[in-house]
Amino acid sequence: MRTFDYKPARSIDEALALLAEYGDEAEFIAGGTSLVLMMQQGLVQPGVVIGLGAVPELRGIKRSADGGLEVGAMTTHRVLETSPEAFAFAAALPKALGVIATIRVRNQATLGGNLVHADPAQDPPPVLIALDASVDVVSAGDAARLIPMESFFTDYFETSLGDNELVRSVKVPPMPAGSKLAYKKFLPRTEDDYATVSVAVRLGIDDAGTCTDLRIGLGALGVTPLRAKAVESALLGQRLTESVVRDAAALVRDEVDPLDDVRGSAKYKREMARVWTERVILQLGGIGVPA
Amino acid sequence: MSVHQISFQLNGTAVERTVGPEVLLVDLLRDDIGLTGTKIGCSIGVCGACSILVDGALMSGCLLPAIMVDGRAVTTIEGLADGEQLTPLQDAFIRKGGFQCGICTSGQIIAATALLASNAKPNREEIKEWMMGNLCRCTGYYKIIDSIEDAAGIDRANV
Repeated sequence: MRTFDYKPARSIDEALALLAEYGDEAEFIAGGTSLVLMMQQGLVQPGVVIGLGAVPELRGIKRSADGGLEVGAMTTHRVLETSPEAFAFAAALPKALGVIATIRVRNQATLGGNLVHADPAQDPPPVLIALDASVDVVSAGDAARLIPMESFFTDYFETSLGDNELVRSVKVPPMPAGSKLAYKKFLPRTEDDYATVSVAVRLGIDDAGTCTDLRIGLGALGVTPLRAKAVESALLGQRLTESVVRDAAALVRDEVDPLDDVRGSAKYKREMARVWTERVILQLGGIGVPA
Repeated sequence: MSVHQISFQLNGTAVERTVGPEVLLVDLLRDDIGLTGTKIGCSIGVCGACSILVDGALMSGCLLPAIMVDGRAVTTIEGLADGEQLTPLQDAFIRKGGFQCGICTSGQIIAATALLASNAKPNREEIKEWMMGNLCRCTGYYKIIDSIEDAAGIDRANV
């Protein structure tokens, strides 16, 4: 690994000041699991690395007054995976964090680092898209903006984060009353692998069996994590039966643009997107399957 | 490029070193400090040979710049035994044949130490799930799991 200057920050203000000083030359380091590997391969060669490990404002998980959840960017996957606050919010969220790589990686890697890395096969983004979460981003002079999760990712390993911005936290709005969340990571190879495809669903169904809430996040099915809007529109307001869900889930094939790789051909992943979208909705909704 | 004075607890003893930011913890441990019990396998955080504990949490020494353990407590395989007195896990790995060629063993025992610290009586599935990231190229997985059960005082005949 080529050497560099290391500048540990002690506060958000200090991190932003260092970023302003070094500009394009600088990268933030969170847990290091992605950045260290990319630096070793020479894919990223920053002159200055700004450490965020000693910035307490970036850590922690709390429920917001409205019943939502706010997760500091430097919160490790393992802390979120085992968080009572996250379990109380929606158990499928911490469980989704628990299927990332191995426990060693989860002890070191952070939620903010995961999002900024913008690998389309990562697990948190589809879940956070389904949850309608936003990325809370700060820049110098106390400026802040919220970027909806589904527009945070712009291309393969690219985000809409500005050159002068730092991810402070992830804000998840409260779940609509009665809605449920599920995440399925399809892993035909090994348990510590990246997803071949992954599907996250937030679903609400009223007493009459009508779909009142549906958001679908997809992983590993394009150059960014995706939202399956056509499937959502086809089902919202409909009475959900097995055949209605089956027909709607087929629409996902035209919403994805997967890459051929060692985990499968694009054609195979497109078909698996349909299978898992259908399966997760049916199971979560208890539709056409014995309870 | 910058150099940094770091101090950390290594197996219960205070250590101070001057390091460049590009130095990985596994290299500092092996090449500078001379603790070669921590092994290097894949160097990309997958195999678990370089497993170490940082403030009790299981991590990969190959993904961790040494500057990131400044002020923290690091435990390696050398820090487990008390003199000649092995830990129950080390003892069980010997008695139950929990290793073959040995290259993964330091990492296996460190990972299992972290497991038993957080879950004193794990069931077989919990052991498999926790140890999933520590690869054994001799494929001696059953005896590794048997060793961990033995150290946890689990008698499989009565499970």
